[in-house]
Amino acid sequence: MEEFAALIDALVYTRSRNEKLRLIAEYLRATPDPDRGWALAALSDGLDFPAVKSSTIRNLLKDRIDPVLWTLSRDFVGDTAETASLLWPAPDAPPSPPTMSETVALLGEMSRKTVLTELPKLLDRLDSSGRYALLKLATGGMRIGVSSRLAKTAFAQAFDVSVDEVEEYWHGLTPPYADLFAWAAEGADPPDIENLPTFRPFMLAHPLEETVVDLQDYAAEWKWDGIRVQLVRAGGETRLFSRSGDDISTTFPEFLDILPINAVLDGELLVRGTHQGGEEGGAASFNALQQRLGRKTVSKKMLTEYPAFIRLYDALLIEGDDVRTLPWTERRGRLEALASRLPGSHFDLSSVVEAKDFDHLAQIREGSRVDAIEGLMLKRKDSPYIAGRRVGYWYKWKRDPLLVDCVLMYAQRGSGKRSSFFSDYTFGCWDGDPDKGADLLPVGKAYSGFTDDELKKIDRHVRSNTINRFGPVRETDKSLVFEVAFDSVHESKRHKSGLAMRFPRIHRIRWDKPPHEADRIEALRALIAD
Amino acid sequence: MAAPFSWIKPEPHGIYIPPADCWVDPSRAVDRALVTHGHADHARGGHGETVATPETLAIMELRYRTGAEDDAGEIPHRAVPVEYGETIRLKGGVDATYIPAGHVLGSAQILLEHAGERVIVTGDYKRRADPTCPPFEVTPCDIFITEATFGLPVFEHPPIEEEMAKLLERLRAYPDRCVLVGAYALGKAQRVIAELRAAGHHDPIYLHGAMEKMCRLYEEHGVNLGELRLVADATKDDILGHIVICPPSALNDRWSRRLPEPITAMASGWMRVRQRARQRNVELPLVISDHADWGELTRTIKEVDAQENWITHGREDALLRWCQLHQRRARALALVGYEDEDD
Ligand SMILES: [Zn+2]
Ligand SMILES: [Zn+2]
Repeated sequence: MEEFAALIDALVYTRSRNEKLRLIAEYLRATPDPDRGWALAALSDGLDFPAVKSSTIRNLLKDRIDPVLWTLSRDFVGDTAETASLLWPAPDAPPSPPTMSETVALLGEMSRKTVLTELPKLLDRLDSSGRYALLKLATGGMRIGVSSRLAKTAFAQAFDVSVDEVEEYWHGLTPPYADLFAWAAEGADPPDIENLPTFRPFMLAHPLEETVVDLQDYAAEWKWDGIRVQLVRAGGETRLFSRSGDDISTTFPEFLDILPINAVLDGELLVRGTHQGGEEGGAASFNALQQRLGRKTVSKKMLTEYPAFIRLYDALLIEGDDVRTLPWTERRGRLEALASRLPGSHFDLSSVVEAKDFDHLAQIREGSRVDAIEGLMLKRKDSPYIAGRRVGYWYKWKRDPLLVDCVLMYAQRGSGKRSSFFSDYTFGCWDGDPDKGADLLPVGKAYSGFTDDELKKIDRHVRSNTINRFGPVRETDKSLVFEVAFDSVHESKRHKSGLAMRFPRIHRIRWDKPPHEADRIEALRALIAD
Repeated sequence: MAAPFSWIKPEPHGIYIPPADCWVDPSRAVDRALVTHGHADHARGGHGETVATPETLAIMELRYRTGAEDDAGEIPHRAVPVEYGETIRLKGGVDATYIPAGHVLGSAQILLEHAGERVIVTGDYKRRADPTCPPFEVTPCDIFITEATFGLPVFEHPPIEEEMAKLLERLRAYPDRCVLVGAYALGKAQRVIAELRAAGHHDPIYLHGAMEKMCRLYEEHGVNLGELRLVADATKDDILGHIVICPPSALNDRWSRRLPEPITAMASGWMRVRQRARQRNVELPLVISDHADWGELTRTIKEVDAQENWITHGREDALLRWCQLHQRRARALALVGYEDEDD
């Protein structure tokens, strides 16, 4: 655990990606199994200890230190695990740190009941750095600037194997990844995942921006506004994965018994309707899909009211055949042949958009807003299916964002690196004529779209224009206008304004604009897509 | 008879003493100021008369050119030196005694006495040993006006030897780089250098130009800093494997590009909090402060054992809460103009 704690500390203070890779790789080489496997799992968010929550830590500390002093400290430090690691009273006995494996085993055994007596025993065995590492590990999500991808890249680098291969096996394995280490570090056979319904990393697209492509070489498809999914059948089991590789099979049970053959398919999950692409488009707005997302159980009513289907984009494996190395045109042919054998109730094929040339395609794209589609995808006709984002193969050509002027209403302190800044903003539009006494109603929240310098300026504005404090939230005097960009706006019962924006972000800060000139709710309502 | 302590008035711009018509550490120019130490949030330029230790006056002269002549060839500023332990009688029967505060060279607590009542203004202070100034002296009083810069229980400054060992270990591990330490130009920089010497590090230490004069001033006051060289006079090769000291503002500045692959370190009590170190892009945080940490603050309040504690610039809320929990009378003073020093 000391070595892991030292690694975490070193990573926290390292800026350079190469240096981070080097530190992790060195640790993975020097640490024995299974400790290094648990560490890799921790760095790639592969560990979960449901008994230990942020609130558990808070409760433990409030028994040991005055609650007011705890809250003041937590607010200043900005991170519960770190605050607790600093405030935990030093035990009388010298530290006797557990190994990684012992730590993971002990954390895994804890229940909601025992955690309040067991976690303190573990904390007492560690110094302040060790406590920080332990609490980060236990609550999941290290948030130390190491992505899951970076951890895997470091693994590949440590043992001189290809990261694509690591990604390929990754989702079929569980911590502490004994087979993966045996293969990479000791030269054993690669892990066998052929008969496992595991997730394969998606191929992703770059934004097109100023690039102009030749339609001789590229095919265009609509970019549908649902969620990207991967449907996998292998070893007699079918699973549905989201873009991040999360298993969402139980939320969409209608797909679990529908594939007649073993395959790995890439597509867009949508709900039947007419908003996207009209009657023949056949898909409802994202808002309709949202009714189905995140549910643990699904009622019959849900299934009939919001019937989901997958619009197929691509295929990775078909009946044991890995087609990823084939050019897109060939894969498309295989996909079309396969699609004709699948039930139309649950599948259709994302059609190819025909255009004479690039300008013609641009015109077609302009029309896509009316059709409530996100934009276009451009795929190089000879592109293989490669995990991740490779330049030159796939482009996304989103339509331009919508813009509206809003007034800053509330600001909340951020977390992590932004913990000492007010960086999360709630903004509103006027519910009528502001000069006749209309109020602002909140219409959205944004945390991005500004530079570090702008953040500092907004933070200063918030601090000197606060009129009310509610815990970590400040209400401001509504004097600052943001030009907010967003992809679309929908009806929503959750907000008082009755509207919800999709992907709002701060586009420009209008220091110059008087707040009464910001937009009214009606202006936003006019942009509703569904 | 006047009400108790009516002769001392906390105002937004400093502590005012009506019978003597003078201010302690005022944040704007006044006719007569008593100054605890040379940091900018305590010592401002432009006063008519400044009462301070000779070291503090020398620092102020360096920073504000308070010794400069005006157009008429006269020095408009009057400097009144007071040695440690010396008492000076002010107008209106107020006595002021300067007592070591252990913060930086020349730093003093000011004991004010009037009509049998005793008030101490600490300015900034710490309780740890510091080779560049005499240690804080606990002095009994009725009202103790204490700073609270690190007034949160998360702040515990480790022994400075540990931090020096970390720094020297990193220096040895990267002989083809250098370690650039950001340190406040007055006090912190000289203390770090003196502690490095005490730890047996006698190699030349390189300085950012902004550090030079203050280091020389320290040496003139008897603090031996060993061999110091200016970055401006050196080549990249000269600096390889050496320690370089600069003001915190220069850490991520263009200036540092002239150094051979610097490892960025910062000497500050704030470095105890990881996110603070990350915000400043620090690779090697050194938790070194010239202020009292939480343990020192609370211990000092107990040892001084005043009837009442007034808490100034810093995190007043938490220290106030601690006083309340320990049945000690306390209030927070809302002074303006004090900032978190890069300490
Ligand atoms: Zn100071
Ligand atoms: Zn100060």
